[in-house]
Amino acid sequence: MNPYLPLEAEVVERIQETPSIVTLRLRLTDADARHRFYCAPGQFNMLYLYGVGEVPISIKSGPQGFLDQTLLLDHTIRAVGRVTRALVRLQPGDRLGLRGPYGQGWPMQRARGEDVHIITGGLGCAPAVSVVHDLMRQRELYGHISVVQGVKHADDLIWHEQYEHWAQQPDTRVLLAADEASASWHWHTGMVTGLLDKLQLQPDRAIAFLCGPEPMMRASAERLIELGLGADRIWLSMERNMQCAVGHCGHCQFGAAFICRDGPVFNYPQVRDLLGTRGF
Amino acid sequence: MREAVDTPGFLPMERFQQLLDLLSQSGYRCVAPQVKDSALLFETIEHINALPRGIEQTQAPGHYRLQQTDSPRHFSWANGPQALKPLTFAPRENLWYSEVTADGGLRFREAPTETEPLAVIGVRSCDLAALKLQEQHFQGGQVDPYFLARRQRLFLVAISCTHPADTCFCAATGDGPEVRNDFDISLYETDRGYFVSAGSINGEKIVQRLSLETGDPKAFSQARKEVADSAARQSRQLPGENLQHSLFTNLDHPRWQEVAERCLSCGNCTQVCPTCFCHSENDVPDVSGVKTGHERQWDSCFSPGHSYLHGITLRQETSQRYRQWLTHKFGSWHEQYGRSGCVGCGRCIAWCPVGIDPTEELAAICSPSTGKAD
Repeated sequence: MNPYLPLEAEVVERIQETPSIVTLRLRLTDADARHRFYCAPGQFNMLYLYGVGEVPISIKSGPQGFLDQTLLLDHTIRAVGRVTRALVRLQPGDRLGLRGPYGQGWPMQRARGEDVHIITGGLGCAPAVSVVHDLMRQRELYGHISVVQGVKHADDLIWHEQYEHWAQQPDTRVLLAADEASASWHWHTGMVTGLLDKLQLQPDRAIAFLCGPEPMMRASAERLIELGLGADRIWLSMERNMQCAVGHCGHCQFGAAFICRDGPVFNYPQVRDLLGTRGF
Repeated sequence: MREAVDTPGFLPMERFQQLLDLLSQSGYRCVAPQVKDSALLFETIEHINALPRGIEQTQAPGHYRLQQTDSPRHFSWANGPQALKPLTFAPRENLWYSEVTADGGLRFREAPTETEPLAVIGVRSCDLAALKLQEQHFQGGQVDPYFLARRQRLFLVAISCTHPADTCFCAATGDGPEVRNDFDISLYETDRGYFVSAGSINGEKIVQRLSLETGDPKAFSQARKEVADSAARQSRQLPGENLQHSLFTNLDHPRWQEVAERCLSCGNCTQVCPTCFCHSENDVPDVSGVKTGHERQWDSCFSPGHSYLHGITLRQETSQRYRQWLTHKFGSWHEQYGRSGCVGCGRCIAWCPVGIDPTEELAAICSPSTGKAD
């Protein structure tokens, strides 16, 4: 088996989330490959654009959640680099390459029976969305759920309806924060860490999933520890340059960890020492 | 104490051609070190005359020179810039091709793997240790089919070193200078010829067909003594066996900045390093516009692109790149592969244009007097 060879996929739908963020809904064209494909929240695929190159993109799950993953796979992409700027221009019917899924996703087994606090920062944050989808699908397996999302400017928030929808689910809270509010912003103004005191954290039955810029994850994790949560109850999703996705090309190394293979989701103590060290 | 060993058979120097001929008859293309561009490089060989004869070398920080001597020996030098790495992990190779079909679809096709049987003459002990590390990396988890195919076709004729360079420190890393295992055929060189032993079934098949003389135990013991003496002549040391903790507790050591003032961030050290595995992947479109090759190429943690992440370069500073290299090679490698990523070949010292010596840097960073204690 060749771990580098992509499969053909087709763009089924293109959703313009913001001027620079697009969700591509993809379907593997080969029926057998669709059938075999299984992924978990927090994992990623390598998407290949013909003649341009490959990039790692989180799997946001399909329209019906991960149950539907054999049919359709959503990938939310922000146009920032050479490949992603071209990828977001794809239209329904266009073909691309896809290989995956890769990496270790969120510890769903470990979260069973616990309160799950999902704390995210920045735009989109597909790894966090994928996990909320999965929690909601089997809502009865978990305790209280809180979704805490921070953005720089109120206008950056995407998926409003989704947050509204989650907020109405039983025993579920949604807390949003924007560093810069707009006139209609009725949520918290300030950093996402400012919301952590409102979590009603019960340290002996809570688990926290963090996703976003590293300074935000680090500040949040340290604040949660101050609030009594054990470091080993905190998990976070990391990002680095990835070209092979199987731990061979060397770019994603973070200390001894290959983020593509040993992560992208890590238990906080695994990365705590190096997180925030410039140059790693 | 030296363990008692049977004296291997002896191949007089003038019969060395027989080894090349037998390998060639068995279907191998032979490569051996030859003088090219003022260095010793692995090149295809058919006749023993192409081997270096009486060549010795001087290596020092930022320095590599060959000298002609009267010695009848072919291997009286330490190493060239290449180890086995280019033969197993190609500097540049295609992984797959994609093609646009008439209906607008995309078809993917694997690139063929390299299968030509290849016999490498004159492999050093440090190179064998490096090969083992590369095997761990490329075959330990997800198996890399390109590396695997290139590795499986190799026949390794190894030689114990008698002439270490000033830059060599394989004795300190425990990877040489004597060849002990992981070879097909092992040689000890004397002025008259070679003591030859087989280390594999394939090696045995060739050795059986060589016209060997009965080895003289005293001459063999002298040949091994030369190898042992060559270990004793090595002066470079490492400040400890596992430096992971020591390096990672000294990430703010002022020495990183000092070495960065000399380091050109050229990546030579990583290109000559026999264990460095980093590579980038690039698409190379065909002029037809409907075909493209997806290739990989050696990369280096000294390149700006190595730490690129959504629009930014995480390691802007040379000090951060040098630190990445050293903390990985001598530090995190232990956690990843159970040992240091350095085999003591000294190539990074000789081929550094400004002569930076990692053993000196490590001594400065990890020694209890200047760094934080373990």
